[in-house]
Amino acid sequence: MNLLTRVGRYFIFIGLLFTRREKIGVYIRQILEEAVAIGIDSIFIVSIVSTFIGAVTCVQTAYNLVSPFIPDYVISLIVRDMTLLELAPTITCIVLAGKVGSNIASGLGTMRISEQIDALEVMGLNSASYLVLPKIIAAVLVFPMLITMAGFLSIWGGYVAGTLTGAITPEDYVYGIRADFIPFNVPFALIKTVVFAFLITSISAFRGYYTEGGALEVGKASTTAVTNSCIAVLVADYLLAQLLL
Amino acid sequence: MIEIKDIRKEFNGRVVLDGISGKFEPGNTSLIIGGSGTGKSVLLKCIVGLIKPESGQVLYNGRDFWSGDADTKRDIRREMGVLFQGGALFDSKTVLENVKFPLDMLTDQSEEEKIERAQFCLKRVELENAANRMPSEISGGMKKRVGIARAIVMNPKYLFCDEPNSGLDPLTSVKIDELIQQITDEYQITTIVITHDMNSVLGIGEDIMFLHKGLKLWEGTNENILDTTVPELEEFLYSSQLIRRMKQSKK
Repeated sequence: MNLLTRVGRYFIFIGLLFTRREKIGVYIRQILEEAVAIGIDSIFIVSIVSTFIGAVTCVQTAYNLVSPFIPDYVISLIVRDMTLLELAPTITCIVLAGKVGSNIASGLGTMRISEQIDALEVMGLNSASYLVLPKIIAAVLVFPMLITMAGFLSIWGGYVAGTLTGAITPEDYVYGIRADFIPFNVPFALIKTVVFAFLITSISAFRGYYTEGGALEVGKASTTAVTNSCIAVLVADYLLAQLLL
Repeated sequence: MIEIKDIRKEFNGRVVLDGISGKFEPGNTSLIIGGSGTGKSVLLKCIVGLIKPESGQVLYNGRDFWSGDADTKRDIRREMGVLFQGGALFDSKTVLENVKFPLDMLTDQSEEEKIERAQFCLKRVELENAANRMPSEISGGMKKRVGIARAIVMNPKYLFCDEPNSGLDPLTSVKIDELIQQITDEYQITTIVITHDMNSVLGIGEDIMFLHKGLKLWEGTNENILDTTVPELEEFLYSSQLIRRMKQSKK
């Protein structure tokens, strides 16, 4: 199947999610369950990754800014802007593409090869909508919360690393965090996150839903889902930066 | 009644089903038999609406499934119960939740009514004590019985079973076959079973269709199947020593 056919099939799949939907009550319960699976279960990994990324950014920025003409508060200013513009939304979403994306693809792939999706279809249900739509809605709701937390922890990680190593004083760090702040960076990060959440869940679901074969193909679908999601996130990242900044 | 007319299906130019026609009457357990790779499961999937045939009709009491609109297809599907080869139980739900699932999705019954109906179906397949267990905690035979309970929970008019006794010991296989036949008789539903198990063929095959390389080569009942003169069916039947001996003793 060539790339163009696959992209076309992906858009047909997205259309399928919104036709012949089931009762709203069914989705609400599913969305809550998915929100727990996607959100709560990802808090630990997101916390670890974002805290260390903030810490490393702070230490490396301090290491490179050795000029006496550049004030120390610039270190935390850079940490803040890098966190808001790129590290929190993009890097965290790439981590989530690995965790959530592979989980969605392998889960749906296993349901496909064990005929569970066929069982839903013969009941007269829209299996794609029933299984995938709650995942997308849950991710679109929960990812921004995770990214907000990631942004906070990244800046806090920078503060801890910077002050403990003596690279920057606590006063300078707080001053730099507040200096030349552009408020639009926050909604920009959240808009990016919503787009990434949609791409990661829908691409991974598409890969898993159309798995054919056995356990080996489920593994391949999972790997492909992560690879495709990461590429889509990076392309969307560039396009959104061009469009919105 | 289900009637199939001239079903033809091919995959990448390879013909899997070539003009299969037949009728399946209510109250009868109809069997589609044949060796591995002869197109039995593909035919079943064409009948239940999971694989679209290249040509042909699948008529449910005169309503053509494949030329029907989305509402017709949905209505027909809601009259079906399907037992898949591996049971196809939802891993994240308990046995009771699996059986109750079609009621949750397709009816407006109260929770008490749904539980009562699901428990009744579990009792029917003698699994009332396994209601709170997860699919991973029950045996293959029990999974099949849960699959049957889920298939009948909506009072279907049509029951389809894809190799219901594959991977089961002979005793459990016979029990599953008897259960399918009892349910068919009790509710007067149209039942189609895909199998290559000779015990099932001789035990419950009220109507039998034999497929070979995508063609229907023989049709009959379990009473006259051993008298066949079709070489491919003879080869299929007498690959078992037991059946060979049966034929010799009959002579």
